[in-house]
Amino acid sequence: MTPRIVAATALRVLEQLRRDPRTLAMIIVVPCVLIFLLKYVLEGQEGSFDRVGGPLVGLFPLIVMFLVTSITMLRERTTGTLERLMTLPLAKLDLLLGYGIAFALVAAVQATIVSAVAFGLLGVEAAGSTIAVVLLAIANAILGMALGLLASAFAQTEFQAVQFMPAFILPQLLLCGLFVPREQMAPALEALSYALPMSYAFDALQRVTADGSLGGRGWLDVAATIGATLLALVLAAATLRRRTP
Amino acid sequence: MCSDAAISVRDLNVRRGEKLVLPGISLEIERGAVTGLLGPSGTGKTTLIRAIVGVQIVESGAVTILGEPAGSAGLRARVAYVTQAPSVYRDLTVRENLRYFARILDVPGERIAEVIETVSLGEDADREVDNLSGGQGARVSLATALLGRPEVLVLDEPTVGLDPVLRADLWRTFAGLAAEGATLLISSHVMDEAVHCDRLLLMREGDILAASSPDELLRRTGTRDMGEAFLKLIEEGRSSEAPGA
Ligand SMILES: Nc1ncnc2c1ncn2[C@@H]1O[C@H](COP(=O)(O)OP(=O)(O)OP(=O)(O)O)[C@@H](O)[C@H]1O
Ligand SMILES: [Mg+2]
Repeated sequence: MTPRIVAATALRVLEQLRRDPRTLAMIIVVPCVLIFLLKYVLEGQEGSFDRVGGPLVGLFPLIVMFLVTSITMLRERTTGTLERLMTLPLAKLDLLLGYGIAFALVAAVQATIVSAVAFGLLGVEAAGSTIAVVLLAIANAILGMALGLLASAFAQTEFQAVQFMPAFILPQLLLCGLFVPREQMAPALEALSYALPMSYAFDALQRVTADGSLGGRGWLDVAATIGATLLALVLAAATLRRRTP
Repeated sequence: MCSDAAISVRDLNVRRGEKLVLPGISLEIERGAVTGLLGPSGTGKTTLIRAIVGVQIVESGAVTILGEPAGSAGLRARVAYVTQAPSVYRDLTVRENLRYFARILDVPGERIAEVIETVSLGEDADREVDNLSGGQGARVSLATALLGRPEVLVLDEPTVGLDPVLRADLWRTFAGLAAEGATLLISSHVMDEAVHCDRLLLMREGDILAASSPDELLRRTGTRDMGEAFLKLIEEGRSSEAPGA
C-alpha cells in the first residue's frame, strides 16, 4: 500500500463527485425529504416514527453509497480506466482504500446533515448520542461502499448495476428489523436475517437510538458490520483482475 | 535473435472466447526504435499488445519485457500502455486526469504541463474530457502514458481520428522518444503509417507475415507502397500454401 496513491485516488473520486453536483445534491437532499415524508406518513401511528426515524438516518448512507459506488466502479471497468490502473504501480488495496476514504467523507457530510434535519428539525427522539448515530452511519456507508464494489463485478451495464439496488439492498432492508422486529418474523426469515449485514447495522443503530447506548450486544453488532465490510472488500479485491480474457 | 531485444514473445498462444486469436507466434522488438504493428482490423493487434503489457490471459508461451516476464510488478513504472479506446476519466478535466496519473507515478507536477504541450492540448487543459472531440480524448489518454517517461511505450492505434498535421507531429514526438532511448510499439491498421517506423511487424489473422524495416520490405516485395507490399505478401503466402487447401 502507498499512502500517496490512496490519497490521490480518494481525491480523484471526490473530484468526480464534485463534477456531478446533481448526484451530490441527491445524496444529501433525498434522505432528508424521505425522513420528512416518513414523519407525516406515520403521524397517526403512536411511536412508529420514533422507532424507525433514528435508525433510518444511519441506514441511508449504506443504501446511497452502495448505489453510487457500484456505478462509479462499473464505469471504471467499462471505460478501461481500471485496466489502465492495473498496468500502473497501484496496489488493489490503494484503489479500495481510496474509494473508502472518499465515500466515508461524503457519508460523514451526508449523515451530519440528515441527522441535523431528523433530530433537530423533525424532532426524532434518540435516547443515545446523535454523534454515535453519525459515526455508525459512516461505518454503514463504508459497508455500503464495499458491497457496491463487490456488486459492480457482476454487472455489465449501468442498467444492471441499478437493478442490483433492489436485488441486494431491498431484501436486507425488509429483513433487517426496520419494518417488523426480527423476532416476530417467520423463523426461516429470522434465520436468514442473521446472514445479512444490514441486520447488524440496524441493530446497532436501534440500540443507540432506543436504548441509549450500544451495550455489549451493540458492540458485537458493530464488530459484525465491520467484519462484513472487510469480507466484502476482500471479495471485491478478488474481482479486480490484472489479467482478463 | 538479438539478446538486446526490449520485448520478446515466444510461442504465444492466446484464445479469446472460442477463437484462437494468436496461434503460437514469436517475435522480438528492438530497443530504442519505433516498431509499427500493422495489420487489418480484427487481426489480433490489440490482443498481442494486451499480452505484451500483461493484461491478457494467455494460454501458453512466454512474453518478456526488459528481461522480466510481462505483467511483473517491477515493470509497471517502466512500461506504459495506451488502450485503443481512450481510458481516462471522462468527467474530469484534462489536467485533473493527468494530475491523478502523475501522483500514481510519483512524477513532479511540471511534467503535466510538458505532456499537455506534447499532445497540443494547451488550450483545452481545463475542459472536461467529455466535452472534447474523440481525437482530443485519445490525446489525453496518450499524454497520461508519457508522464512517467517510460522505457517502453505500447500504443494501440494512437493516431486514429487525428488530422494529418497532428499525426505528423505525434510521429515526430515518437521518433524523438526513440532517439532518447525509449522503445515504442505502435499499432495501426493504416498501412501508410509504416513510413514513420524504424521496424515493421505485419500481421494477418494472428500470424506475423513479415518483420523487417520498411525499405527492406518494399525492396523484397518489389512494390512502392506499404498497401501493395502487404497485398503482395498475402499473395505469396497463398501461393506457397498447398493448392488444394
Ligand atoms: N473480448 C473478446 N472476446 C472474444 N473474442 C475477442 C475479444 N476481443 C477480441 N476478440 C476477437 O479476437 C480477434 C482479434 O481482435 P483484436 O482486438 O486483437 O484485433 P485488432 O487487430 O486489434 O483489430 P482492430 O484493428 O479493429 O483494433 C478478433 O477476431 C476478435 O473478434
Ligand atoms: Mg485493436
